[in-house]
Amino acid sequence: MSHTVAAFRALVRKDIAIFLRDRRALIVSVLTPIVVAAFFGFLFGGTGSGGNAISRLPVGITDLDNSALSKAVVDSLKHDASLETQLVSEERAQQLVRAGKLRAAIVFPGGFEAQATGALLDAGSQHPEVKLLYDPSQSMVQPVVAGLLTQHVMQRISRPNFTGNARAAPFTLDRIAVATGPRYNGYAHSFAGMSIQFVLFMGIDAGVALLLMRQEGMWRRLRAAPLSRAVLLGSRVVSTTIIAMFILTVVYLAACLIFGVRISGSVPGFIMVACSFALLAATTGLMIASVGRTVAATRGVAIFAVLLLVMLGGAWVPAFLFPEWLQHVTEFVPTRWAVDGLDAMTWRGLPLQAALAPTAVLLGFSALFALIAIWRFNWEDG
Amino acid sequence: MHLVADRLEKKFGAITAVADVSFTAVPGQVLGLLGPNGAGKSTTISMLAGLTKPDSGCVTIDGVTLGTGADPTKRHLGLVTQEIALLEELPARMNLEFFGGLYGLRGRPLASRIASVLELTSLADRAGDPPSQFSGGMRRRLNIACALLHEPQILLLDEPTVGVDPQSRNAIFDTIEVLAGEGRALVYTTHYMEEVERLCDRIVIIDHGKVLADDSLAGLLASTAVSNKLTLKYDLPPDGVALTEIAQLAGVTQIDLAGTELSVSAADLGTAAPRVLERLAARGFSCQELTSRRANLEDVFLSLTGRTLRDT
Repeated sequence: MSHTVAAFRALVRKDIAIFLRDRRALIVSVLTPIVVAAFFGFLFGGTGSGGNAISRLPVGITDLDNSALSKAVVDSLKHDASLETQLVSEERAQQLVRAGKLRAAIVFPGGFEAQATGALLDAGSQHPEVKLLYDPSQSMVQPVVAGLLTQHVMQRISRPNFTGNARAAPFTLDRIAVATGPRYNGYAHSFAGMSIQFVLFMGIDAGVALLLMRQEGMWRRLRAAPLSRAVLLGSRVVSTTIIAMFILTVVYLAACLIFGVRISGSVPGFIMVACSFALLAATTGLMIASVGRTVAATRGVAIFAVLLLVMLGGAWVPAFLFPEWLQHVTEFVPTRWAVDGLDAMTWRGLPLQAALAPTAVLLGFSALFALIAIWRFNWEDG
Repeated sequence: MHLVADRLEKKFGAITAVADVSFTAVPGQVLGLLGPNGAGKSTTISMLAGLTKPDSGCVTIDGVTLGTGADPTKRHLGLVTQEIALLEELPARMNLEFFGGLYGLRGRPLASRIASVLELTSLADRAGDPPSQFSGGMRRRLNIACALLHEPQILLLDEPTVGVDPQSRNAIFDTIEVLAGEGRALVYTTHYMEEVERLCDRIVIIDHGKVLADDSLAGLLASTAVSNKLTLKYDLPPDGVALTEIAQLAGVTQIDLAGTELSVSAADLGTAAPRVLERLAARGFSCQELTSRRANLEDVFLSLTGRTLRDT
């Protein structure tokens, strides 16, 4: 048994030593995600990227007035093709926006109809304060919802009261950012996405390295030792997972120290998601090695697959911008859970419970990939 | 320890790579596995090393059947692969630490073994350098050293001198002779006859997956219809009478005349050569140039297979 442990340690140590030995490759492997994430973070968190949401925006509505006007506006909003509305309490609306389930929520105050009608006829009278709760990471949503709200209110209120001299919206909009973290950081999402992309690339490299080991006779030599399949493949998974964790740690350290990203949610939750994703990257590499034939062909196909995964996972562009059907489809993509999990634990500031589902899904995919790898692995070649 | 290959057979689809291969490697001896590329040597080595399971037959080490995977019997085996299977990025010492670790070695025993194999392979002064900075011969020697850390009693060397210069080749031969002298059983595959002739106590000739011969070099030469050859050049070719007399000399098996060059095949050159020269001189033919060549493995291989190793 001690021989097996020593052999396992030797195999893991070897992989890590090789990774750390090539200083240039090491620097590139951590610097690339940082640089790319910084660029994307600048784009998404900085000056607005504009554009329209492709899918219907999920928006919550709280009607504290319950007047004919507020009901008519709510009904009008319900029928807007750009929105997917649901009636919720104000407290629930805040929770759902915080959890990312709603992009925004509109709260009509009590006395809305009376004040809005008065304001329409007399600009000097008191305007009702309609609250617009929005997700600060998706800054483009806020003007879209505000514009639509103004349009629907004006349509409803002007029908019975039109005098031809109305000059402005008969209410003021109180825009309230709902974030639990100390302060929203536009880099947080891009660091989640890019670290996932580049750690998956590292996973591919680990898989391709296994194919190279076959070509170069190393695999033959390893199998000549009295080692089980579990030791040979298990050590590979462990070493790749450790390397993936190392990259994630360095990248997020840079994100925190240089770009002000904070783990505003649960730190254990963040570690859980990161560890399970690192394991996923390792098993992905192993699966690639098991189904791949030649190094060149495998690398090409694997890079394509990873790019597809990270794209669908919302690593480049937030998933809420996808068409609705695609948003549902991407729930079957592991990277979507990884991105969402890291987002939840960083800028969304969600508690540990929010990390459980992503962790479970990532571990499930890891187990599936590992099973495929064991099933398809050709033990005797090389 | 004795390594026994007992009626090994391995097929890949419809192709029979190895058929009914049997031989025994004994302690202190080098067994040469000689055959052309594609003869089945590598498949045989794979089965001997526990990498490939035979379709039928078995490999035993001192009577214990060798398995694949984590079979502890494998600890008695060391495999020197045909490919130089090293961690190019890591120093030689770290390579050795890694391969020793695979067999559970660590701490002082590992350090001691590393020092020992570095000494044996004359690489002690380059232990801190990565193999990528080594010459081809040094890489080959390190490749051998990596298989020796766990002190295997049986060593399988799969074409360990491919691509090395003569000096390094001799250094490898010296190492192999030391290992055999320590009482290990060595199985050495190659398609270089000269290596087999120099190193091997016993020779197994394999072709198309079958064992064609299994004997010592002397035994192979004696048991196969091969002869030593004497070549003589004359200013004028010997006449018919002289040739008839030469052909009738005791020990002469065949003569061929091509222009002024006469080839005489004989079982024992030491006895036949003086008689041939004497008879031709008596007939007035003065020899201008004389060469002799002993029969070798190439002749044995040609005799057994109808082709030379280099043809394959």
